[in-house]
Amino acid sequence: MSSEAGQQHPLGIYYKIWILLFVLSGFSYAVDFYEVQGAMRWTLVLLFMTLKAGFIAAIFMHVVWERMALVATILGPPVVLLLFISFMAIEGNYTENARFSYMGHDRDAIALTPEDLHGGGHDGEEHGEEAEH
Amino acid sequence: MSEAALTQAGPQEGMDGLVDDWSSDKQTYHVPWGKAMMWIFLVSDTFIFTCFLTSYLHVRLTTTEPWPVQGAIFALSLFGSDPIPLILIALMTFILITSSGTMALAVNMGYRKDKEKAFWLICATAFFGLCFVGMQMFEWSKLILDEGIRPWTNPFGAAQFGSIFFMITGFHGLHVSGGVIYLMWVALRVRRGYYDEKGYEIIEIVGLYWHFVDLVWVFIFAFFYLL
Repeated sequence: MSSEAGQQHPLGIYYKIWILLFVLSGFSYAVDFYEVQGAMRWTLVLLFMTLKAGFIAAIFMHVVWERMALVATILGPPVVLLLFISFMAIEGNYTENARFSYMGHDRDAIALTPEDLHGGGHDGEEHGEEAEH
Repeated sequence: MSEAALTQAGPQEGMDGLVDDWSSDKQTYHVPWGKAMMWIFLVSDTFIFTCFLTSYLHVRLTTTEPWPVQGAIFALSLFGSDPIPLILIALMTFILITSSGTMALAVNMGYRKDKEKAFWLICATAFFGLCFVGMQMFEWSKLILDEGIRPWTNPFGAAQFGSIFFMITGFHGLHVSGGVIYLMWVALRVRRGYYDEKGYEIIEIVGLYWHFVDLVWVFIFAFFYLL
């Protein structure tokens, strides 16, 4: 215990990572704001998510500076979860296909939005949009 | 004997260090016990949140009702503008990252024994945490009262949307609220000089918890709101 004098690092790295996290969050939001869709959306969102999570864990939570015994304890067990997630994804896909194929659900059904229900602006501020409908 | 002398000479790094730390009857983790326990708690918490997000994955895959469009439901008009999609969620994300930054600085100031700065930085972290919870309360009340979303039904699409939303964001909000109380408890003790003799690892420990809450939000933001 005495061999480790706590996690003390120069302040500069925290400021850099802090700014980086803001930028990455901005990128994530931009993906939604500019309505990127399909495979590109998934790729970008997952990429920015992984980078953000990685930097928070590595730098802010000091994982990158910890000893291997602790790092293995932290990162080892969650790896098993990836197996669990992939099992549930495979099973979920199968169930969904079975329901569409044999239970007559509509594959092309579209969800409603608040605008559909409230007629575009229930607070009376969006008359222009209401006229379009 | 010579081996014992060798291990005492200085801990090895990397894989050799892993074997070394787990060999023979001795302390495995060379960190304060509170920090090791916090990490083990966080690993167990990872399992809980993963179970929630995996159940969300499964429910969203298997339901044949269309999933409500998050961008439209979580849109908000600012100052009478057209509804901006996800703007509140984006603000919440930025607030949580801001609080993570002040927390990281507080940990650093603690190890420098700068009690005054550490105290105020922890207070700032707790304040941003409160802002986050406040915005979440606003979001919940908007969804419940204005949009009529319930855990068992909603007017937009798949009924499971509500149950997943309230469960996941509720559990996360509970973590934030608990974190704010934990932070204030530590902040007051820092100010009283309670840790002068014990050492300031406690700020790093509470920091680990706080960063973890931010970490979980990163995944919720991506999977529930963006995808």
